[in-house]
Amino acid sequence: MGTWELYSTKVIPALNQGLWLSVLIIVPSAVLGVAIGVLAGAGRAAGPVWLRTLLDLYVSAFRGTPLVVQLTMWYYGLPGVSRWLGSILGPLGLPEFSWRFLVLSPYAASVTAFTLCSGAYQSEYIRGAILSIRRGQFLAAESLGFSRAQTFWHITAPVAIRRALHGCGNEIIYLIKYSSLALIVTIRELTGQSKMLASFYFRPLECYLLTALYYLALVSLATFFLGWLERRLRIPGLGPARAEK
Amino acid sequence: MTDPSVYGTPAPPGGDPPILEVSHVSKTLGGRLILDDVSLSLWKGQLKVLIGPSGGGKSTLLKCIHFLTIPDGGDVFLQGQSAREMGQRNICAFRQEIGMIFQDFNLFDHLTARENVAIALRKVKRVPRDKARARAMEELDKVGLADKADLYPAQLSGGQKQRVSIARAMAMEPKLMLLDEPTSALDPQLISEVLSVIADLARGGMTMLMVTHQIGFARHLTSEIIFMEDGRVVEQGPPGVLLDEGAASRTSFFCSHLTELTGR
Repeated sequence: MGTWELYSTKVIPALNQGLWLSVLIIVPSAVLGVAIGVLAGAGRAAGPVWLRTLLDLYVSAFRGTPLVVQLTMWYYGLPGVSRWLGSILGPLGLPEFSWRFLVLSPYAASVTAFTLCSGAYQSEYIRGAILSIRRGQFLAAESLGFSRAQTFWHITAPVAIRRALHGCGNEIIYLIKYSSLALIVTIRELTGQSKMLASFYFRPLECYLLTALYYLALVSLATFFLGWLERRLRIPGLGPARAEK
Repeated sequence: MTDPSVYGTPAPPGGDPPILEVSHVSKTLGGRLILDDVSLSLWKGQLKVLIGPSGGGKSTLLKCIHFLTIPDGGDVFLQGQSAREMGQRNICAFRQEIGMIFQDFNLFDHLTARENVAIALRKVKRVPRDKARARAMEELDKVGLADKADLYPAQLSGGQKQRVSIARAMAMEPKLMLLDEPTSALDPQLISEVLSVIADLARGGMTMLMVTHQIGFARHLTSEIIFMEDGRVVEQGPPGVLLDEGAASRTSFFCSHLTELTGR
């Protein structure tokens, strides 16, 4: 089999499969991560003290431990918890799913791990953006009769989203690359696939180089999308100075 | 004293209750007594000017009247309605009735001039979008900024920003306007455009309480000057009496120094 044939019939199709799996992990993790980040960030910036404490704990746990450890716990650690829970709930006559749900599929474990980790980082960007809003903006809103919730939705959120966009985009780009960790819970996504190919065909340099190009393409796509979003949301006076005419 | 260019009446018109009554308001912030038993009243159409050295409690008093800062003691009555009795839930309704103009404008950075004026109408008063926008254009027209409706705050000059903020407050049809040094953050050449808008409001019969160091302006428009120092109302009376040359008042002493310092 010629080199060209090997790539076009074996390596590339296999990498494409891996790419598809990667996208299936990245997209929901990014979307859910941003959602969690917005909620947690808002709670940490403006919530009551008990909520702030709780969310601070969440963030320090998920930012303070390696993602590999988190992912391993979700996949390999939870079944142990499930077994223990089953030994308690089973004799009580509860249905099996009340402890079986803790045994996650590789895919569910990956998305859970990436979402929660990403959300912790995202919340930091959102919190910073909210805290950067001048107090006068809130005073003005209150003086016009806005309630706290109305102030948040109509005044705080639109500004905070724009200010946080850079940071949040950065985190999504980072997520694209750390999604490769899914290979340690047996998922054959892009990196997992290329690891297999590299050892099977004994061509590590070529396979990994190709994989790097795949990631570069994904990141470029994300960068393009984020740039487009930034242009759409641009408002004079908010965001980078070069944005103004 | 009965100069026709002075708005409002020096003495309360017979029998009418005041629009605003500030009753024995006190406030301590950070262990310091900022407001010490302040009382004052405003009748419909009156413009009263609040002056005094900085740190004297003027801004805090305005915030307390608006219940943006809740006073420790005393109460504020708007047309007889006690702010304290409104409670946390209804205080937003109380605030709608009072317009506030800030020294640094506080326009909403992410909204155009028109949307700045329209947003409270839409979200707080639940006016439909089209009506709110039409109303916003009316108010912008009154302050001479109809042609700037689609610009964002960052694209406006200081004077224009302050005029938009006046339009924004007026669109809510407040019973009372509080102005906290509305021209202090402006370049000298921009001050007059804002003052003329404020004079228009006074002529239109708006009830106003204004903190300012524009003594010349205040003298022409106001019926009464209130001098505050160390959280207390030290003197109050018609500008003719307090500011007359030779008047041995604390106010005239302060104002003469103000003129020396700023040349205004």
